[in-house]
Amino acid sequence: MAMLEVKDLEVSYGMIKAIKGVSFEVNEGEVISLIGANGAGKTTILHAVSGLLSKDSGSVTFMGQDITATPAHSIVYLGMAHVPEGRRVFAQLSVLENLKLGAYTRKDKNELEETLAMVYKRFPRLEERKNQMAGTLSGGEQQMLAMGRALMSHPKLILMDEPSMGLSPIFVEEIFSIIRDISASGTTVLLVEQNAKKALSIADRAYVLETGNVTLSGDAKELTNDESVKKAYLGE
Amino acid sequence: MSFLSYLINGLSLGSVYAIIALGYTMVYGIAKMLNFAHGDVIMVGGFAIYTLMNSMGVNPIIAVLISVVICTALGMAIEKIAYKPLRKASPLAVLITAIGVSYLLQNLALLIFGSDAKLFSSVVSVPAANIGAISITGETIVTIVACIIIMIVLTLFIKKTKAGQAMLAVSEDKEAAELMGINVNATISLTFAIGSGLAAIAGALLCSAYPALTPYTGSMPGIKAFVAAVFGGIGSIPGAFVGGLLLGIIENLSKAYISSQMADAIVFSVLIIVLLVKPTGILGKKISEKV
Repeated sequence: MAMLEVKDLEVSYGMIKAIKGVSFEVNEGEVISLIGANGAGKTTILHAVSGLLSKDSGSVTFMGQDITATPAHSIVYLGMAHVPEGRRVFAQLSVLENLKLGAYTRKDKNELEETLAMVYKRFPRLEERKNQMAGTLSGGEQQMLAMGRALMSHPKLILMDEPSMGLSPIFVEEIFSIIRDISASGTTVLLVEQNAKKALSIADRAYVLETGNVTLSGDAKELTNDESVKKAYLGE
Repeated sequence: MSFLSYLINGLSLGSVYAIIALGYTMVYGIAKMLNFAHGDVIMVGGFAIYTLMNSMGVNPIIAVLISVVICTALGMAIEKIAYKPLRKASPLAVLITAIGVSYLLQNLALLIFGSDAKLFSSVVSVPAANIGAISITGETIVTIVACIIIMIVLTLFIKKTKAGQAMLAVSEDKEAAELMGINVNATISLTFAIGSGLAAIAGALLCSAYPALTPYTGSMPGIKAFVAAVFGGIGSIPGAFVGGLLLGIIENLSKAYISSQMADAIVFSVLIIVLLVKPTGILGKKISEKV
């Protein structure tokens, strides 16, 4: 059974139907990528999955539990974390306070310290700046903080929305190698990216979205060699 | 009276403003709305204590505690019934609703208690203190001490507890807070509860110092406290504290040395000048640029 199963999902913004019946699934241990142009509905899908947006119809099932109508804050407790587009760190709070908020759903103090040590090991820069206000970090550092904050909840599935957006090429490389690490350590990843080439390079499978519909899906390597994908998204 | 005693009286009045302003500023910081019914919660608290003490013979301290419970429940009910359905509405609709709730509370009090002023008996039994030539009333001492304790407890609550940190997160970014697992609606409700509980304490202290209780008792102090919150920087807790104290001192010194009729005009002029020089208020945060 799939870890995350999205079936016939339809989502609207006011009068506009943004997602018109999308289905996909994410199996445990996979890295799944949703690729597509601006406005294809990638971010909307993530918002609907994590509960920030309500759905017109369709269903979302996570770990065998129907979460279609579950509020976002309850979904976090089930083991899903969402790194939103634009990082959305709490700018007025310190790096450490941000990370602790990431562990809001967890009770055990000792476990929390362990996870914090693990996050600091993965992102040494966050430990160096733990008392700094998050708003004073660079874009790349904020992205690391947003990822670290999500990992603090010890998620089974992590949703990432445009993690490389607006970052310098060095940071882009670093962020993707971190995503690979996160996946290798057993966390399942659902990745939304405009940088389709990068996204396909680390994904197991991918879904191509066009104006609210899935137009193509399959093995990431096969999609990389698909002529229409090459033309539309890989700039070849 | 000497300058020092005017100053101490101003500090006491300012402490009441500060306690009310804390409620204004916390609700603004988290729900991003001006709760103009906040001042009327003070009045409800006053009538609760008045009824408990005069008609039921309840001990003053217990009357204050019951009043805090009543106002806390009232604040949460107002939020749930009047404001929560408007979470996604325009700020103007929320503002008008708040004014409507304010009138509703005033008129309900008018219906139940009538318009003539009730003599509120002080809840404070601390004796006056004499320092040299000046005498400080028990009400003044208790008010200033209460304000300082509230300020310290509230600061520790926000800095040190999970619920306090959740409040800060919600005030910055509601969606991101939801993604941390924070129940945003419950956090907003908690904020209203704390603000309204503080309003009850402010009501007890205010009515003890100025014992004429009418359905409009909360209205002017409410507006003054709103001014204090803006003065100190709306959304900032230390700002509400500093703004409230300064406002009380300015008001009292104006009454003593310039003119008691002009005191309010002077208070509002100072606000205008401060906002012209520093639009975010004394301790207001600059709106941070999103990267």
